[in-house]
Amino acid sequence: MLPLLTFLTLLLLGYLSGQWLERRHYRSIIEREQQLQNLPHSNSRDLLLPMQDITRVELLAGSVVISIDYFKRVVAILRSLVGGPVASYETLIDRARREAILRLKQQCPDACQLINIRIETSAIHNAAGNGIGSVELLAYGTAIYGRVQTATTAATASVLAASLQSITH
Amino acid sequence: MYMTNIETVPGKTIIDCYGVVSGSTVRAKHVGRDIMAGIKNVFGGELRGYTELLNESRDEAIKRMQAQAAELGANAIINVRFSTSSIAAGAAEIYVYGTAVRVG
Repeated sequence: MLPLLTFLTLLLLGYLSGQWLERRHYRSIIEREQQLQNLPHSNSRDLLLPMQDITRVELLAGSVVISIDYFKRVVAILRSLVGGPVASYETLIDRARREAILRLKQQCPDACQLINIRIETSAIHNAAGNGIGSVELLAYGTAIYGRVQTATTAATASVLAASLQSITH
Repeated sequence: MYMTNIETVPGKTIIDCYGVVSGSTVRAKHVGRDIMAGIKNVFGGELRGYTELLNESRDEAIKRMQAQAAELGANAIINVRFSTSSIAAGAAEIYVYGTAVRVG
């Protein structure tokens, strides 16, 4: 009787706190994403915006270790009996990934652009070693500081290039 | 020391290449953190202790890589990659590698 009672208590505790923490986390993620949406970022290796002069280049990394709650773990175990999508893990990884990218962006508020963003996931064994206890999400990229080429300088450059081409032809 | 995870250092040209340099650390989490993580595993949420630990380890690994590059006479490391692996329950390895170059 006692083990069943402990199980049910843990299940309820996990459900309530997990839901509450997740909702709070999503609210904070959305809020910070809106604050940081002006920083151009991409996962391509090329510069997003042409730069006039580059003052500094920096490698940055942001990471988070996030743990799953008891209720979700039980749901996932039950789900693995019949197969299919495990929605409870999907939101966990999604939250962690967005959080890692946010932490990366928060380190370079003055940067002009953030390029070649790479994301890595690794499972961290918990003390008991039974399946996914927690996962680490790491996001890293190159921040570029300096002055972005403005529209007028870009226009002058293209006019110059055109006239150069006409000279060579 | 310049560090990027792309093939160049924007705004600079590569003069010399010294090959691959790397740095790694293996860290164990201490018991207190493991107990806290066990409790957190019921409620869910971020494991700040582990996040901190992995950040410290990463900084240490980067320092070792930079020291190796500096020894070779390089002033930049390009194409840096990170990898994390848990080699045993309670210990994690952080590995950082890249190409040491001289830019000017």
